[in-house]
Amino acid sequence: MTANVVPALEVRNITKQFPGVLANDQISFTLLPGEIHAFLGENGAGKSTLMNILYGLYDPDQGEILINGELAKIKNPADAIRLGLGMVHQEYALVDTLTVTENIILGTELRNGPILNAKEASQRVRELSEQYGLAVPPDAIVGDLPVGVQQRVEILKALYRNVNMLILDEPTAVLTPQEADDLFRVMRELADQGKALIFITHKLREVREVADRITVLRRGKVVGGADPKTASEGQLAALMVGRDVVLKVDKTAANPGDAVLKVRNLKLRDDRGLTVLDDVSLDVHAGEVLGIAGVQGNGQTELVEAITGLQHLPTGSIELLGKDITNRPPRSITEQGVAYIPEDRKGTGLVLGYSIRDNLVLSTYYKAPFTKGLTFNDAAIDENAKELIETFDVRTPSATTTAGSLSGGNQQKIIVAREFTRENRLLIASQPTRGIDVGSIEFIHNQIIKQRDAGLAVLLVSAELDEILSLADRVAVMYHGKIVGILPIAEATRERVGLLMAGIQEQPNGK
Amino acid sequence: MKFTRARGVGLLGIFIAIVLIFAVNNSLGNKITEKSKIQSIWDFTSTIRIPDSANMKVDPKAPPVAAIELPTMITISLICGALVIAGGTLIAKNPERGWVAPYMSSVIALGFFSILLWAVANNSVDLSDTLSRVVRLGTPIAIGALAGIVCERSGVVNIGIEGMMLTAACFGYAAAAISARAIYGDALPESAVRGVVWMPLIIGILGAIVTGGMMAALHAWLSIRFKVDQVISGTVINIMAVGITGFTRTNFLLKFESPLRTGLPQMPLGPLADIPLLGPILFDHKPITYLMILMVFGLNFFLFRTVWGLRTRAIGEHPKAADTVGINVNRMRYRNVIIGGMIAGVAGAWFSLEGSFGFDDGMTSGQGFISLAAMIFGKWNPIGAFGGSLLFSSADALQLKVQAYSFDLPSQFMQMLPYVVTLIVLAGVIGRARPPAASGKVYEK
Repeated sequence: MTANVVPALEVRNITKQFPGVLANDQISFTLLPGEIHAFLGENGAGKSTLMNILYGLYDPDQGEILINGELAKIKNPADAIRLGLGMVHQEYALVDTLTVTENIILGTELRNGPILNAKEASQRVRELSEQYGLAVPPDAIVGDLPVGVQQRVEILKALYRNVNMLILDEPTAVLTPQEADDLFRVMRELADQGKALIFITHKLREVREVADRITVLRRGKVVGGADPKTASEGQLAALMVGRDVVLKVDKTAANPGDAVLKVRNLKLRDDRGLTVLDDVSLDVHAGEVLGIAGVQGNGQTELVEAITGLQHLPTGSIELLGKDITNRPPRSITEQGVAYIPEDRKGTGLVLGYSIRDNLVLSTYYKAPFTKGLTFNDAAIDENAKELIETFDVRTPSATTTAGSLSGGNQQKIIVAREFTRENRLLIASQPTRGIDVGSIEFIHNQIIKQRDAGLAVLLVSAELDEILSLADRVAVMYHGKIVGILPIAEATRERVGLLMAGIQEQPNGK
Repeated sequence: MKFTRARGVGLLGIFIAIVLIFAVNNSLGNKITEKSKIQSIWDFTSTIRIPDSANMKVDPKAPPVAAIELPTMITISLICGALVIAGGTLIAKNPERGWVAPYMSSVIALGFFSILLWAVANNSVDLSDTLSRVVRLGTPIAIGALAGIVCERSGVVNIGIEGMMLTAACFGYAAAAISARAIYGDALPESAVRGVVWMPLIIGILGAIVTGGMMAALHAWLSIRFKVDQVISGTVINIMAVGITGFTRTNFLLKFESPLRTGLPQMPLGPLADIPLLGPILFDHKPITYLMILMVFGLNFFLFRTVWGLRTRAIGEHPKAADTVGINVNRMRYRNVIIGGMIAGVAGAWFSLEGSFGFDDGMTSGQGFISLAAMIFGKWNPIGAFGGSLLFSSADALQLKVQAYSFDLPSQFMQMLPYVVTLIVLAGVIGRARPPAASGKVYEK
């Protein structure tokens, strides 16, 4: 690092306390013009809090921010933008019903008095998109565009405001591997044109690929820096988690038996009449993990909800162990041996206001031994809770603590504990490790493999390609509601799956 | 065979058509005994007249431009037959989408037309007069719908339009009455042509606008500042409006003597008003009706072509996105809700200064709610909402029209019609309407 370059951004001793959590503890770092500075950390390490402070969404309790060497007060996003700092959030701040141009100019409109100068605005957008190699259709409605393009709109929105620093918060979470590569190319281009970029992620592979410098956060503190050229993934992971982690899941080859779940020709349209499921058929065999890869929102949610009885199906059939369960009530499907880890932990998986003990009997409370005649058998429910909390290592002060007050990882363990202790034949796990800490991820991954080895059929849906590739025995890829390919794990390379995720089907003889 | 929306709608259409044809058959059959000339129900004819508006000024009995004579029973049978066949096709083919809305619209439109023909059996109806009435009665509904659009597009549900209209009608009238007395004393000046004096009427309209704006400010204050549920806050406005206006009327308006006796006058637009059919429908109205048409197209322009419109659409859809680019969401919502209330005030003025002159308890009679239905029908677009308003007002106009004839259909049933149409529309039969995503949600950073 050369000393005579004035950092575009310098952060000194930022501290932010939330009730019960020290989210940022004395964080300091610098950001130089033309560099890509990656922030690596687990969920809850304080990355997002730090960025929200920079962007004026939170007030820090302590510490100062210097922009181009001068002390800056950032009270709201408008201040941040004025000071040349833009941010692309994980959830895009785009208005779906407006056009690309309208979204980009919103708040800083090109105008003739009160009237919008639509023509000039869309011309300006076109110029910007050419200058930075970010192809977007200026007059398309944003809601109709794929997420990768929406992300480019977000970046353009910041560039339109002449920022020279750009924060990208987990920008690859919703992209296919190829789209991510494309994004990295754009990031490099921006850095070459002198912009300073902050890249937030928890994916080790990506930082090594694109970053110039890495800062690792753990529990609100900067725990170290690393050079992406020399640091190995193992070293970075250890730094991030604070101990050595096993990145590979230990598992033997699958020993598949008969088909447990047979899904045939599911078709579904949403409220707007758009196709969500397009002739989906698949089998899941006993003793295997079928992974469903795909960018979020390509019909995975609806497929899982159809199998578990949460989504009414107009056409198609679903068989469990030779028995038709199409459009049966969810309880009846559960009772036939289906364990379900829903993607929406807080909405579908748990009743957050209930105690852990009650959440643990949500699917069995009406049966013996938990119910005796008209009343609950409290002793049995307590006993059940005590046992499961111990076996599944749920970190909680007591069994009567509400589920809502636990961390994501512990919440997920409650669901796993509840679902895995019934007599099951099929396990459906949808985004089972989204937003939880590495320790819990390891635990849940091992549990899933244990269930497979016990002879269950496992349907695993995940937007994290790494998770699919490390757990699955076969990989099915969904794109626009269709299964565009099913590959045995040996043939499922990142590139092949990535292409399928973008809807590009392989041709037998070249093009 | 599965029950689907398309099939349900087909069944409903067939049911309506069959009930209609039986009712007409029965009703006309009963008329034969009274009228000696007519031997069978097939002899009834309904005449639709398009009068010659230009010549009628010179000679009120001038012959019409056209008089179309339709055989009543045959025409209605053909219409109902077509509806039954189309309904049957819908049931048999069960199309997934695209046909339900056009079919239901035709059932409503042709149903209205059949009822009109039935009412004027052996008689004639003046088409331009009927359609002109549709525009006139659609005025407060359309203005109310515009008020709703301005609010909801910015993310605030406004169920209190009814109350804002009612209060505005009351205080608008009061402002006109009081200012007339203040300006002219006990009697109007000689120069007032047929009792029309503009100054107090304009003050009345302004009073209504201010009143609407104040009621809306209360709604904004409750729902933005105190984060009261917007439906509850709107309901509070509606209930409060009944109380305030009732009190004002009994304790003040009934006792107050004003020289003003007439409201806003008819203002035919010169030669345009003389065009047959079109003239009376579009160019021979009172001022607020013209204003309504200007407002519909004006709001359409403002919403889609100006900075204000872009920002309004953004904060109603994704307020956080707007906030991050420096738009003050809550300030803008305040402003829009108040503008919406002022627009509702214009609709209020229509009731007490244009539609009739004077204030009655509950005189808005649910039109504010119908406005909201028209807004939804028009999918939150000004021009669509205008179309919706005309649909609802045609039900109303039809009802008023057929009351003039000795008509078999009970008047209570006819009065019910606009509300039944509202229900059919709100049940989502006419395509699904998607409201602005953030409508009804409090914005917190």
